[in-house]
Amino acid sequence: MKRRKFDVAALPAKAGGEIDDRLQVSAPLRRLFNKVFPDHWSFLLGEIALYSFIVLLLTGTFLTLWFDPSMEEVHYNGPYTPLNGIEMSRAYESSLQLSFEVRGGLIMRQMHHWAALLFMASIVVHMLRVFFTGAFRKPRELNWVIGVLLFWLGFVEGFAGYSLPDDALSGTGLRIAHAIMLSIPVVGTWVATSLFGGEFPGTVILGRLYIAHVLLVPAILLGLIAAHMGLLVKQKHTQWPGPGRSNDNVVGVRMFPGFAAKGGAFFMVVFGVIALLGGLFQINPVWLFGPYKAAVVSAASQPDWYVMFLDGSTRLMPPWEARFPLWPGHHYTLPPLFWPTVFLPGVLTMLPLFYPFIEARKFKSKQSHHLLQRPRDVPTRTSLGAMALAFYFVLMISGANDVLAEKFHISLNAMTWAGRIGLLLLPPLAYWVTYRICLGLQQHDREVLAHGMETGIIKRLPNGAFVEVHQPLSPVDAHGHPTELPYAGWVVPKKMNRIGALVPTVKGFFFPVEEAAQRTLPAEAPVSPAPSREGIGSGKH
Amino acid sequence: MSTHTDVDFDVKDPSLTRFDLVKEGARRDGVEIVHYAPRFPVPGTRAEKRVERTIAFMLVLSGLLGLGFVVAYIWWPWKYEPGNGLDKLYNPVLGITLGGSLFLLGIAIVTWAKKLLPEEVSIQERHDVADQAERALTGATILNMVDETGIKRRPLLKGALLVGAAPLGVAAAAPLVGGLIKKPDHILFETAWKPADGHKVKLTREDGSAVRPEDVSVGGQMTVYPGVPHGASNEHADSPVLLIHLREKDASELRANLKNVAVNAEDGGAIWGNFVAYSKICTHAGCPASLYEQQTNRLLCPCHQSQFHITDNARPVFGPATRRLPMLPLSVEDGVFVAKSDFRVPIGPGFWERP
Repeated sequence: MKRRKFDVAALPAKAGGEIDDRLQVSAPLRRLFNKVFPDHWSFLLGEIALYSFIVLLLTGTFLTLWFDPSMEEVHYNGPYTPLNGIEMSRAYESSLQLSFEVRGGLIMRQMHHWAALLFMASIVVHMLRVFFTGAFRKPRELNWVIGVLLFWLGFVEGFAGYSLPDDALSGTGLRIAHAIMLSIPVVGTWVATSLFGGEFPGTVILGRLYIAHVLLVPAILLGLIAAHMGLLVKQKHTQWPGPGRSNDNVVGVRMFPGFAAKGGAFFMVVFGVIALLGGLFQINPVWLFGPYKAAVVSAASQPDWYVMFLDGSTRLMPPWEARFPLWPGHHYTLPPLFWPTVFLPGVLTMLPLFYPFIEARKFKSKQSHHLLQRPRDVPTRTSLGAMALAFYFVLMISGANDVLAEKFHISLNAMTWAGRIGLLLLPPLAYWVTYRICLGLQQHDREVLAHGMETGIIKRLPNGAFVEVHQPLSPVDAHGHPTELPYAGWVVPKKMNRIGALVPTVKGFFFPVEEAAQRTLPAEAPVSPAPSREGIGSGKH
Repeated sequence: MSTHTDVDFDVKDPSLTRFDLVKEGARRDGVEIVHYAPRFPVPGTRAEKRVERTIAFMLVLSGLLGLGFVVAYIWWPWKYEPGNGLDKLYNPVLGITLGGSLFLLGIAIVTWAKKLLPEEVSIQERHDVADQAERALTGATILNMVDETGIKRRPLLKGALLVGAAPLGVAAAAPLVGGLIKKPDHILFETAWKPADGHKVKLTREDGSAVRPEDVSVGGQMTVYPGVPHGASNEHADSPVLLIHLREKDASELRANLKNVAVNAEDGGAIWGNFVAYSKICTHAGCPASLYEQQTNRLLCPCHQSQFHITDNARPVFGPATRRLPMLPLSVEDGVFVAKSDFRVPIGPGFWERP
């Protein structure tokens, strides 16, 4: 019997055939390979959030193998001698052990913390991109809503993680969280007592935060991220306007191999940057803070950056307490803490959630939008965004006002008052300034389209006047006047080298690796050479 | 996608190139490849070789760093020891090798994609207009489902379903809420300073030793805890107190001000001699309000910068706090400080039931 020769080269095709016989995946698989993605740097911001989340899952899983959320009191006895003999919770002790006694534990802890900061930062920047370019408009309102929820879930997840090591900062943060719960009218004491299982801090809160941090919230995050990506694939990506691009198509590269290669590589880059941060830059050195003691706190107790704006709002809040003497013997209190920490986040959740629908109503827009808008072209939205940013930055700076006061030798009370006044004055000012800037940019775009771009070449007219030569972007009419071009919603070239006035640079590092491109000079220089004329002298020679 | 299939296209036609098949596949997926050109039209130029070498260099370096990570992870002295040993470099070495390896791998692939993959512009049509006919058919199907149940003409079942399902919904929530819920009771109104069995609670240091008036110098202050088991631990997080020995002038100022706050003045006054004790727990958000400014006689809370005036019954003079720090009624028995009673008002942050 002749034995059939085994052909290795035919193996993939044969295996593919066997799979397709059973699953009929050829067409759907090819549809995925051929899916077109538009290319722009700003579309990568959301990817950073996704990749940091993956790093969070990987490093977080490592940490769970050693971390113990127990609040049992123990006495430390380990290699970090300054804390030897100190009473602390088992949670804090296991955080110390993770940092000092687990091989590679410290870099995992630090990468986990850095990835969390990056996750929140990229979510915020990604949301700004989506907001300012109008990418949240129909049909993508649901994805915007999911994005807002992802931000707040990330916030809760981050806060829970920050609380787990039970160091001095963790405990102070938890104590404030407890006070925030207490401030809720009517049910506050019940909420706080139920979640903490009695008095603050009790013995159960870390265990509950732990299961929320490693299971409940990540599961919801994962589900929402899957929905976020699913909607993105279903609805296809938005794109900037440009040649060949319309509301009915997507112009870009196919997913495989180009887009997928760049995406996968970008994951490596994000992962690499987080590893470098985790290895080189210390973050949350819990051994320096010491265990949480209710009576101990130090100056400059600061939360992670994404909580700072709420810390700021809490600092700026004037001492306005509402008291309700309902009937003799029954007096009730609404503490001022309620407004900046419960009411404000409520507003900050609701406003963005409904913004896409409010805007569509205001602009009477019912159709689907797949083309992005330049921020300058929608001054109202851009100015509202600038107003929100100004509000946010005043709060964020106020969250560090004690540190700023100390470093710059400013009175702390003056910083607080500057924040209070700034919170009221700066947002409207930001709105007005942004609106004017948008209109100015719009006008300049139209000007260039109508008259051409500045060349930097100054011409002297026979009558002595100076004019700048303009390079029209369109053909000129019989009188040499350019015909006005319509605005296409995209970048208008405003510099001569944008339209090829410069020779491309020669490639190579120190030594050229290619022939310099030959530039065909125009037959006539744009400026005629100066006529030879007699020298101007005193006339006495 | 049936609109895109073309019966005239024969995939087995030998005259077709592979790229013809690629284009046909893309066409069937609603994608048109409008521009497709190699980055280096002439293969093997110096520029192309240079890109290839650059990518190869980065890949090899990435591999070396990855190997370096494994070697360092296993053999670098990693155990923490006091001093400035090599173990202090363990973390940076891991970061540089792992981060560098991943970063270079990423950059190498990006360079490959940007410099070597063909230049491409593809256009894909969007098909996001909802099919009205399909919508009508699905709508009818859904409405028919409702009709099939007959729920509209069977009000008895509608009511019974409601009566049957609602308690089940509540039952699902009950264990979660019921298990967690805990009545606040008196815990916000009492601290460890409450005399137990008629014994007044001593003021003690962290190590449990009692505090005598001569232990705190004039103008000085000390954090004290209730002299009960685990008094200084977080079990009694509501009890830490700041004991201050006021200067004569400040003490007389406070004595004059004491009557402004009824609870501080009752029972002969809550201060003892020139000593006063305030709850350390800020009445704003519960941080320890413990930064003592001796010159201005203020206590500052470092969390949200509330400031309390010591010689005026800890009146909040700046920041978001609205209530005074409660005063612990002081006395001295057998030469050591004791609390005459618990705080006379609830300590710590405000809450709804607080009078």
